[in-house]
Amino acid sequence: MSAGHTHALYVHGDSRLHALPAHVKLVALLIVIVAVVATPRERVGVFAAHAAVIIVAAAGAHLSPRFIGGRLLIGAPFLAFAFLLPFVGGGDRVVVGALSLSVGGLWGAWSVLVKGTLALAASVVVTATTPVPALLAGLGRLRVPVVITEIAGFMVRYLEVIAGEMHRAKVAMAARGYQPRWAWQGTALATSAGALFIRSHERGERVYDAMLSRGYQGRLPQPDATAATPADWVRALALPLCAAAAAALAVIR
Amino acid sequence: MSAPALEVRGLEYTYPDGTQVLRGTDFHIHPGERVALLGPNGAGKTTLVLHLNGILTPDAGDVTVAGLAVQPRTVKEIRRRVGIVFQDPDDQLFMTTVRQDVAFGPANYGVTGEELDRRVLDALTDVGMAGVVDRPPHHLSLGERRRVAVATVLAMNPEILVLDEPSSNMDPASRRELADVLTGLEITLLMITHDLPYALELCPRAMIMNHGRIVADGPTAALLGNRELMSANRLELPLGFDPSLARPERLPAPRGRPFSSK
Amino acid sequence: MHIPDGFINLATSAGAGVTAAGGLGAVLHRVRTTLSERQIPLAGLAAAFIFVVQMLNFPVAAGTSGHLLGGALVAILLGPWVGAIVISVVLLLQALLFADGGVSALGLNVVNMALIGVFVAWLVFRLLTALLPKTGAALVGAAAVASWVSVVAASGGFVLEYAWGGTGNAAVSTVFAAMVGVHALIGIGEGLITASVLTAVLAVRPDLVYGARLLGVRRAVVVRADRRATATFVLAGIAAALLLVVVVAPHASSSPDGLERVASDHGFVGTGQTSAAAGSPLAHYSVGGVPDAGVGTILAGAIGLVLTFAVGALVLHISARRGASRSTDDAVRR
Repeated sequence: MSAGHTHALYVHGDSRLHALPAHVKLVALLIVIVAVVATPRERVGVFAAHAAVIIVAAAGAHLSPRFIGGRLLIGAPFLAFAFLLPFVGGGDRVVVGALSLSVGGLWGAWSVLVKGTLALAASVVVTATTPVPALLAGLGRLRVPVVITEIAGFMVRYLEVIAGEMHRAKVAMAARGYQPRWAWQGTALATSAGALFIRSHERGERVYDAMLSRGYQGRLPQPDATAATPADWVRALALPLCAAAAAALAVIR
Repeated sequence: MSAPALEVRGLEYTYPDGTQVLRGTDFHIHPGERVALLGPNGAGKTTLVLHLNGILTPDAGDVTVAGLAVQPRTVKEIRRRVGIVFQDPDDQLFMTTVRQDVAFGPANYGVTGEELDRRVLDALTDVGMAGVVDRPPHHLSLGERRRVAVATVLAMNPEILVLDEPSSNMDPASRRELADVLTGLEITLLMITHDLPYALELCPRAMIMNHGRIVADGPTAALLGNRELMSANRLELPLGFDPSLARPERLPAPRGRPFSSK
Repeated sequence: MHIPDGFINLATSAGAGVTAAGGLGAVLHRVRTTLSERQIPLAGLAAAFIFVVQMLNFPVAAGTSGHLLGGALVAILLGPWVGAIVISVVLLLQALLFADGGVSALGLNVVNMALIGVFVAWLVFRLLTALLPKTGAALVGAAAVASWVSVVAASGGFVLEYAWGGTGNAAVSTVFAAMVGVHALIGIGEGLITASVLTAVLAVRPDLVYGARLLGVRRAVVVRADRRATATFVLAGIAAALLLVVVVAPHASSSPDGLERVASDHGFVGTGQTSAAAGSPLAHYSVGGVPDAGVGTILAGAIGLVLTFAVGALVLHISARRGASRSTDDAVRR
């Protein structure tokens, strides 16, 4: 994953989801994810309902299934360890082909895969319809401390720059025959990472000088996070609350 | 004779590690002048620039901008009057969209709402970049980022524009676009550059800085035509470039002191 | 070590969320007076740096590679307070924008990596540097050990969270052996990488290293790689890993059992509901607890199981990051 993807995450459009204020979408996202995670893993039908909610939202945002599918694939490696669970789980075992798998482990793998995927799909719908600066402003509106959102803003801004510097350093090392395969050959890489830290720090100082030069006196001007109308809230929360209701019923029953 | 837009007197500065970089820098610039600052690497040019808006404080000497002395209590107003465009636009464009970057300066001076939006768009229009207002800076090419960096400073309505190596690493077309932008602005200009043809084209007057001092000051064509002066300061004309062939009618009359060397 | 959604139940995730918020709140309050406005852009740049370095493939053996977590590195470079904030920001953006770590699991990941990882590293570093002479070599050595402990401690947090609310019915002792055991090995790499990166920074700008400033190390220090010390470090790490897996792991089921028992007694775990937490540690209480009969066979079986899990986990840890970093290179090249 790289910063090159940060802006590929946002898809230009003028759907109703694009128009909603960021903090409203973040609250909606949180409700959906909580609903998904709270649903007991065996209630497959409820997961289907959650999926339906997300699909409807994606359609409303004019996002193609191929786009969402592509994003899900990128997130797939991080869920891969779920496949270990059937092998190491305890309790009852079931024989599948030549393998003896734990039933609890299979359910656990299912839980991670379905919940992880649904949560990711919901996140994709939000990040595809909300540019990063708006996202950070939305977080600020949701009482995330200003220090955190300001640091996050600089991180997002300079991610590609720093990644680019590291990439160029690696290319330069490779161009001089550097192909480390063993731990003791990795020193040059670590040293270049140290150099990158120094350069990043010095850039941070230059950025601060540039900020001072334009009159900075301690508070970054807060980007106006657009206010939300009651209609916005209704529009954003209608489906997520259905998902939450389904999850609640599944838990209680 | 109007008051100088910028006056630097006897500036001395030594870095914390002991290197003395400025050894008595003296010059002044009048409103409307366009001056190039030339000199070898390590001459102290960038250090000098950081003194012009109070980021660095000199060990001796002073800086005055349009009659206002640079001091801790005047620094905020000074930074509005002196617009510095640093060498690396990535250091200067630190917000997540172009709009936020250009708005940053005026917002710090209390400009808000519609007036702020207008300033942002005017500044971007002046540099020909109004179309990228909502894009993230790292989606722009280097030339575009340079121009946006100029806009971030123009939005504060400065009195003097200071540019540090504005044309370095730019392809010829971008260089041309930036030159057109700069000639189109009605502003006092101080440009640090190694790009001697650029200096000749945009600045009727030039100063050469070496070893922490101004060693020459006069019409750009005359300085560039003086071979001994040039080589004494590690300067060299590009192959085939003849400063006497540059057409002076495009440039306003120079107002610096007659050619002299110290 | 980023936990995805669906692996830990909501109650535990929420509890971790509250803990994380409280912990970060305390950190922010602590730096409120000392965090100068200058440090905000610096912290942002540091966060970008950490993210990029986490994507690097550091060679391990025969072409396989591993990655840096960075908790100890930020603690020593920036101090634990700014370090914890930086790691938290990285985790936040990784969860929201890069699908690395579940959004519901953010509290868990912050607790493990930003709070436990950073502060344990700092404590160990301070302890060791207090006892050792104020030389560059001691600084780097202390950093290596602090990194190792920090990684192991963070994995311990993971195991605790699993015991409370994990899915998959794996015995806690198995999870302990695998996670903590594997991370005792990963910690070796973390220690070596942190030491190398720190050495590089100390050689040029020791004034940028918070840990060095605190110790009064001002001038550039050149630390020569000590073969013997490195070998000792690696062997000690392997020995510790074996100890954790073979000796400590089988006992790991005792206290979490107690918590489970209390939870079900007080109705936190719903009856009749196949919650992720019910069943596993209780079902395996006997496995972990048998002290004498057939110890050899039990150990053999346990080791076999653990090795499978461990190898698998290592492979996935390595490949997941490699897949991610390949796309980093592709994207940057564009």
